[in-house]
Amino acid sequence: MQVGLSSYLIVAALLFCLGLYGVLTRRNAVAILMGIELMLNAANINLVAFNRFVAPAAVAGQVFALVIITLAACEAAVGLALVMAAYRSLETIQVDEINLMKW
Amino acid sequence: MGELAAFMILSLVTLIPAVVVVTSSNIVRAALSLVPTFLGVTGLYVMLQAEFVAGIQVLIYAGAITVLILFVIMLTEGGTGVRTRQLNDQVPLGAMAAVWLAFVLIVIFTRTGWPTAAGVLPAYNVVAVGNAFLSDYVLIFEVTSVVLLVSLVGAIVIARRED
Amino acid sequence: MPWLIELLKAIGLAVVIFTFLAVVAAMLGVYLERKISGWIQARLGPKHIGPQGLLQTVADTVKLLQKEHITPRHADALIFNVAPVIVAVAALLDWVVIPFGKLGDRVLVVRDINIGVLYFAAMASVTVVGIIAGGWSSNNKYALLGGLRSASQMISYEIPLALGILWAAMVAGTLSTVGIVDAQVRQGSWFMFKLPSPIGWFGLPFGILASLTFLTAATAEVNRVPFDLPEAESELVAGYFAEYTGMRFALFQLGEYGEMFGMAAVATIMFFGGWTEPHLQPYMWLLVTLGCLVVAAVILTTGLRQTLLVRPILMLAGLGLLLSLVMFFGTRAGLSQVLPSLMWFLAKMFALVFFLMWMRWTYPRLRLDQLLTLSWKVLLPLGLLNLLATGFVLTVWGR
Repeated sequence: MQVGLSSYLIVAALLFCLGLYGVLTRRNAVAILMGIELMLNAANINLVAFNRFVAPAAVAGQVFALVIITLAACEAAVGLALVMAAYRSLETIQVDEINLMKW
Repeated sequence: MGELAAFMILSLVTLIPAVVVVTSSNIVRAALSLVPTFLGVTGLYVMLQAEFVAGIQVLIYAGAITVLILFVIMLTEGGTGVRTRQLNDQVPLGAMAAVWLAFVLIVIFTRTGWPTAAGVLPAYNVVAVGNAFLSDYVLIFEVTSVVLLVSLVGAIVIARRED
Repeated sequence: MPWLIELLKAIGLAVVIFTFLAVVAAMLGVYLERKISGWIQARLGPKHIGPQGLLQTVADTVKLLQKEHITPRHADALIFNVAPVIVAVAALLDWVVIPFGKLGDRVLVVRDINIGVLYFAAMASVTVVGIIAGGWSSNNKYALLGGLRSASQMISYEIPLALGILWAAMVAGTLSTVGIVDAQVRQGSWFMFKLPSPIGWFGLPFGILASLTFLTAATAEVNRVPFDLPEAESELVAGYFAEYTGMRFALFQLGEYGEMFGMAAVATIMFFGGWTEPHLQPYMWLLVTLGCLVVAAVILTTGLRQTLLVRPILMLAGLGLLLSLVMFFGTRAGLSQVLPSLMWFLAKMFALVFFLMWMRWTYPRLRLDQLLTLSWKVLLPLGLLNLLATGFVLTVWGR
């Protein structure tokens, strides 16, 4: 039996929803970032799967996936730098305790 | 048969650690569980014949982003092993939203007749991806590099101790 | 069922690689390390078990196998047990893409995948996850510090490493390891010395710069002196594996030596022509023979022979003498391939391993700030500029 496009899309959807759950329920800022990484990965699976099954001759999906991986790296670097800065001034990275508009 | 078995195994390797990532009360275990998830996604890319994306996925996600996340956990309070409450009050709401979205997406994905094409991928993907990056998608390529530079500088400025 | 046969084949190959590396890389690596450190520090090194202490590592491994597995109290047992496996497996997976030589028309490689060197870099970067996991889960401040140092160091040095790999891939026009060696066969010389014609010898500075950048970054990536801050014995006991005992400790060692041999193998493939035989005129080989003879004669006839320190040099001179004599008569007889390609590959790889060990026992350790300065302010700009300049030269004059 061949594995079709919809199987990959379903796996990606499940991964995306797990990431969403993590982002919505976690208190720790780093854990929220991990949830976002899961969601980006899910989007990437979709792009590569569509590339493979819908338009195999063009590699547009892979190009977009690579761009997203690069942007995910940027996002992780800046996000984690923000977490470090927050921890340095507030001594917590639990997002519900970071409730000051101004220090 | 073999393809289906490989797909099932890779999906489980992707999804089971992902559950640990979002539910574990131990933040370091959650971060380490990212590694099998990313490797499972890599396996899916290989099955989709996108080997260059697969290589970059391991290099960037498993090798760099996970390590960066672990690094920040160790530098902040997570690495101390002190048990703090990891979940907020939105658990029922978040679970409902996630399950509902998963249900809707799966219904959409199974109901839609996707216009699959019968063509084949270029045999040597890397060349095709490289050519695409420097011809049709050169603007994206350049803008991405600028974003990369800006975020590099931004991360240094934000994380640097003021003295 | 073809996929089942493929799977069995893959498992069989994995077992072969594992045993090969467990035996060759780790055991021989540890033995060589102890012997060479002995010579450099004017001692004898292991001597008693087997001829010239050759079986010392076997005895040590048996000893380690018998030892108790101790898991520290309050350690995260699951992660603590998995971490050495990650390090060892990642190091062994490197070897999938390494071509060892040629047997007739068959290249001796497990899999010639078309992203070969990228795969290698990816696998090498996974090692750090095992190291940081082991460091954290030991619940020991020294181990944690070692793990964190290792993380910052490996992330910094991955970039110059990748730039070196990118340089070779750009010159060869392919990412496949076999393809890179074939490109060097086509141009008749190593990438370290020549670029594809018509540039030829003008490529010398680029090649040397690229290989030096790569080797420096590779030394740092496998945490060896002068970049061994993660496991600095004198300040961190042993760094991230301070709490490990018995076979788990041996797995870390296996990973470390597997990785070091892997780095040497990839450097051989990318810059030193892989399995190809150097093509020199017979008189050149004779010159090499004479040089080795002179070195050996000077050592043997003067007072230098009394010092243990010259032993490795004497040994190298002897080996060089033998090799160049064989090559001289071989090339005079007009043979196209005098010695088997596997032998050349192993000779080049072990020469690089020797170089790495020599550095380890000669140089002092860098400070952390010096280490990061070297990576970000020296190697990274040099690598980038070299890549840019080589690309420019190749586009304007080459192809």
